[in-house]
Amino acid sequence: MAAAKLTSGVLDIDLRAVTDNICRRLVDIVVRDQRRRGLVVALSGGIDSSVCAALSVRALGPGKVFGLLLPEKDSSAASEDLGRRVAEHLGIEHIKQDIAPTLEAIGCYRWRDEAIHTVFPDYRNDWKNKLVIAGGIDGGFNYFKLVVQTPSGTRHEKRLDHKQYMQIVAATNFKQRIRKTIEYFHADRLNYAVVGTPNRLEYDQGFFVKNGDGSADVKPIAHLYKTQVYALARYLGLPDVICNTKPTTDTYSLPQGQDEFYFALPYQQMDLALWAHNHGMAAGELADCLGVSGEQANYIYQDIEKKRSTTRYLHSKAVLIEKVNEISPFA
Amino acid sequence: MNDIKTQVRKYILDNFLMGGDPDKIMDSTSFIEKGVIDSTGILELVSFIQETYKFHVEDVEMTPENLDSLEKIEKYVRGKLA
Repeated sequence: MAAAKLTSGVLDIDLRAVTDNICRRLVDIVVRDQRRRGLVVALSGGIDSSVCAALSVRALGPGKVFGLLLPEKDSSAASEDLGRRVAEHLGIEHIKQDIAPTLEAIGCYRWRDEAIHTVFPDYRNDWKNKLVIAGGIDGGFNYFKLVVQTPSGTRHEKRLDHKQYMQIVAATNFKQRIRKTIEYFHADRLNYAVVGTPNRLEYDQGFFVKNGDGSADVKPIAHLYKTQVYALARYLGLPDVICNTKPTTDTYSLPQGQDEFYFALPYQQMDLALWAHNHGMAAGELADCLGVSGEQANYIYQDIEKKRSTTRYLHSKAVLIEKVNEISPFA
Repeated sequence: MNDIKTQVRKYILDNFLMGGDPDKIMDSTSFIEKGVIDSTGILELVSFIQETYKFHVEDVEMTPENLDSLEKIEKYVRGKLA
C-alpha cells in the first residue's frame, strides 16, 4: 500500500527492535543452522562492514568475531585506519594482510592497465584512474567513462567500449575475490561463518562482485536501506568518524563515490527512489520529494529495473541440469 | 548498407541469441522490453555499429530512440551516413 506522501521519514525504523531481530537471527543462522563457532568480517572502514561487525559482536560476543584488514595498492590510507579503529572499538581479534602482492601475481593490475592503455596510450603507473557511470539518469543507456589523472593533476576522460570496460571491471574484480578467498581461509581455520556486508541498495541493484563480496554465509544488513545502516551505526555507538563516512568504492586510485561509479544518485536519494518504487509510488511523488522532473523520476525507476535485470546473473547459484532433491541448502 | 536491419539482426542472433529463431527479432521488437539485450549488450551493439558502419556513436546518441529496435537502428545509421 502506498504511503500518503514520500518523505525521508519513510525510512525511519525502530532501531532497537531491528538490532534485536538481526542479533537473534544471526545466532539462529550461524549457530543452529550452519553450526559455526563465530563470524569473520572483513573491515573496509566503511559503514556497512563496521555495522556488520558491531552486530556480530552484539550477537555472539567479541571473542567470537574475527576481523580482517585487507588493503591493496589503490586503497585509501584512511580506510585501513578506520577499519582498525572499528576492530579496536569492538574489542575483536583482527589481522592485516596486504593483498597487493597477491593481486600483482594474479595479474589484476597488469590486465587493468593493459585495457587503460588502449584508451589512453600515454597512461603510466603513477597516474590515477576511476570509472564514472553516465547516461541512464538522463534516459539514455548506461555507459562508463574512464577518468585518468596525471601526477600534475590534469584529467582526461573517455567513454569505454565494451571490451575495455569489461576487462577493467574483470581485473578489478580480482580485489573482491581475493579478499573473499582470505575470509574463507580464516573461516575454515576457525570454523566460523563469513559475513557479507551489502546493504539493500547494493544487494538489490547488483552492486557487488559475483563470488567476491557477493559471496557469504550470512548477510546481516542486506534488507536495510543505506540510510537505515547509518542510523544503526549511531545507535550501536560506533565512532563518529565511521558514522560520518561517505560511501566510496575504494577500488580505484582516484577517489570515487558510489554514486559516480554505479548509482544514478547519492545514496540518500537512491534509498528513497528504491523505497518509493518498491511501494508502488507514482514517479510524480518521487519527483516532488527529490526535486527532479517527472521525466527524470521515471528514468530513475527504469534504471532501477534495468539494473535488477542486468545483474540477476550475479545473484544466481549454479544451476543444475536436473534437480538433486536429496540436497537442500539453507534458505 | 542496403539492408542494415538484416546485418544487425544477424549480429544479434549470432552474438546474443546463439542462433535462435529469427522471428524473435521483428523489425520493431524492443530489445530491452523483450530482454534480448541487456545493458552490457548495448555497449557491444554500439561497438558493432561503429566497426561496421565506420562512424563514432556519440555519448548523447546512446539512447533507446536510436538503438532499441532494428527499425530505430536503421533510421539512426542512415541519418549518420547521409
